[in-house]
Amino acid sequence: MNALAARRRHPAAIALLILVGLLVTGAAYAALAPKPAQASTTSAAQAEEGKKLFQANCSSCHGLNAEGTPDGPSLAGVGAAAVDFQVGTGRMPMAAPGVQAPRTERIKFSDEEIAAMAAYVASLAPGPAVPDEEYTSGEGGDVAKGGELFRVNCAMCHNFAGSGGALTRGKYAPPLRDIEGKHIYEAMATGPQSMPVFNDTNISPESKRDVIAFLHSIDKQENPGGLALGNMGPVSEGLFIWVFGLGIMIGFAVWLGQKSA
Amino acid sequence: MNEHGTEHGGPVADQRSEGYGSTAVRLDQGHVEGTGRLPARFENPGLPPHIPRAADLDDAAAKRAEKQVATMFGVSMLGTLVFIVAYFAIPMETQVFMPGIGKANLSNVVLGVSMALGLLGIGVGAVHWAKTLMPDTEVVEERHPMRSGDDARRGFVKTLLTGGTEAQLDRRPLIKYSLGGALGLFALPMVLQVAGSLGPLPKDELSKTMWKKGDRLVRDPEHTAIKATDVTIGSVFHVLPESIKESEHILEDKAKAAVLLLRLEPDDIKVAKARDWGYEGIVAYSKICTHVGCPVGLYEQQTHHLLCPCHQSTFDVTQDCKVIFGPAKRPLPQLKITVDAEGYLVADAPFREAVGPSFWERG
Repeated sequence: MNALAARRRHPAAIALLILVGLLVTGAAYAALAPKPAQASTTSAAQAEEGKKLFQANCSSCHGLNAEGTPDGPSLAGVGAAAVDFQVGTGRMPMAAPGVQAPRTERIKFSDEEIAAMAAYVASLAPGPAVPDEEYTSGEGGDVAKGGELFRVNCAMCHNFAGSGGALTRGKYAPPLRDIEGKHIYEAMATGPQSMPVFNDTNISPESKRDVIAFLHSIDKQENPGGLALGNMGPVSEGLFIWVFGLGIMIGFAVWLGQKSA
Repeated sequence: MNEHGTEHGGPVADQRSEGYGSTAVRLDQGHVEGTGRLPARFENPGLPPHIPRAADLDDAAAKRAEKQVATMFGVSMLGTLVFIVAYFAIPMETQVFMPGIGKANLSNVVLGVSMALGLLGIGVGAVHWAKTLMPDTEVVEERHPMRSGDDARRGFVKTLLTGGTEAQLDRRPLIKYSLGGALGLFALPMVLQVAGSLGPLPKDELSKTMWKKGDRLVRDPEHTAIKATDVTIGSVFHVLPESIKESEHILEDKAKAAVLLLRLEPDDIKVAKARDWGYEGIVAYSKICTHVGCPVGLYEQQTHHLLCPCHQSTFDVTQDCKVIFGPAKRPLPQLKITVDAEGYLVADAPFREAVGPSFWERG
């Protein structure tokens, strides 16, 4: 009989056994228990952090409580989708006041910061939420139907191939090349700047997915050879042919008629 | 060069002026009236002096020209060979980066450029050969008068007249008149073709659209009805009448019946009629521009302006689509809408005026 076995009837043995049992159970739980599901609903802490970021970066034009100033509209009701789109594509914070906020490459906030600001703006008033992955990836979307929807609703401003177009007084509809499906969805749902709102009751989420699939299919298209000239259509191509094509032909005609030296 | 007059006084005598109607005058003589006649004959100035080419004078230059022509033909041969090889060698899917173009299909570009060089080389070489080495002395061809001799002319008239007499045309006027009638009448079917193929009369097609009272507004490609609650502020719906499905000429009817449905804050709409004809801030306007008929689809949500892409006519929705810029002269017609028992938007009346561009009978 060893020393431990000799003390097995000691009163402290029970306490020690319970303690060991607790430690083992706790460690097993910590190691093996499933992770709790991350809820996509915003938490109060996220909204608080978003409010701080908002006041530091956005309130100079949008007001301390996002109520709007002469320089920037009120953000009550624009929803998390608008924030995700505007900040996620680099349009906001706008570098300088102007009629159009262009997309920029430098996105000044991380994804968590954008989510925090979105949570704050969503807490102001109900508005469109960040859309589901199911519809924004474009997977399973009908490209032909998306093309038809695009031509009816979007092509008049954005051009039949999404190459962009002009609006009045310096505004423009930007080209739709290489944009994340999520941002395309959010732009349709929130109607940024001059763009009208195409909410889910106008173009349903499935139809939006079709439009995203159409735009992505244009991105994937290969150039069959030659200058695309911006895919703008007859105007740019006509200019090219009239200036260069006809110019070369006139040059040839002049050369043909000249006497040789 | 001519010598001008030695002293001032009378008009200057130009040694070549004898055959001309007027003589040269100096600027300080004021207005000297000429005779205004042209001379009887212009002196033939003859051909310009012949300038020989380098290849005509210098043998080395001729050899150089020969080499240039041969080079161009050689470029053409090279191009053709490259074409033949590239046709088989380059797979059709390869995309290669090209400076100035970006990624492009290699096969198409190489085939095109090589074919171009192949043909251009032949043409440019031939032209250069003609310009440098082929003879270039000026040649004058006489143009002979085309008039036939008088005997031939008289003979022709005689043959014509005898033919008529021998056909008994002058003796038998009935033949003459009935022939005239038959030939004359036969011209009519030809004319009928031209006039008759102008198409059916439009009757009232220009003034009327498919819209009737009670027609539901449906979304453009999906053809689904629209509830008033679906339309939120800032939305734009592209709308057709529900009955467009039953149309026999869908495109013609769509070209008149296309309508834009918008929602604004009721307070933003400044014209009372526009508010009344809408429903709680939802207004419907014809999409067909009153200038030349393009669909006015560009809606700028913040400024409430509708822009036509063709000639940039701009319509202000808050002022009942009044024209604020551009060549259109009339505002867009409004469609009176309301809501039916189930909440779907319906037309309350057809368009009160003709949609689209002006036409004569529009009044």
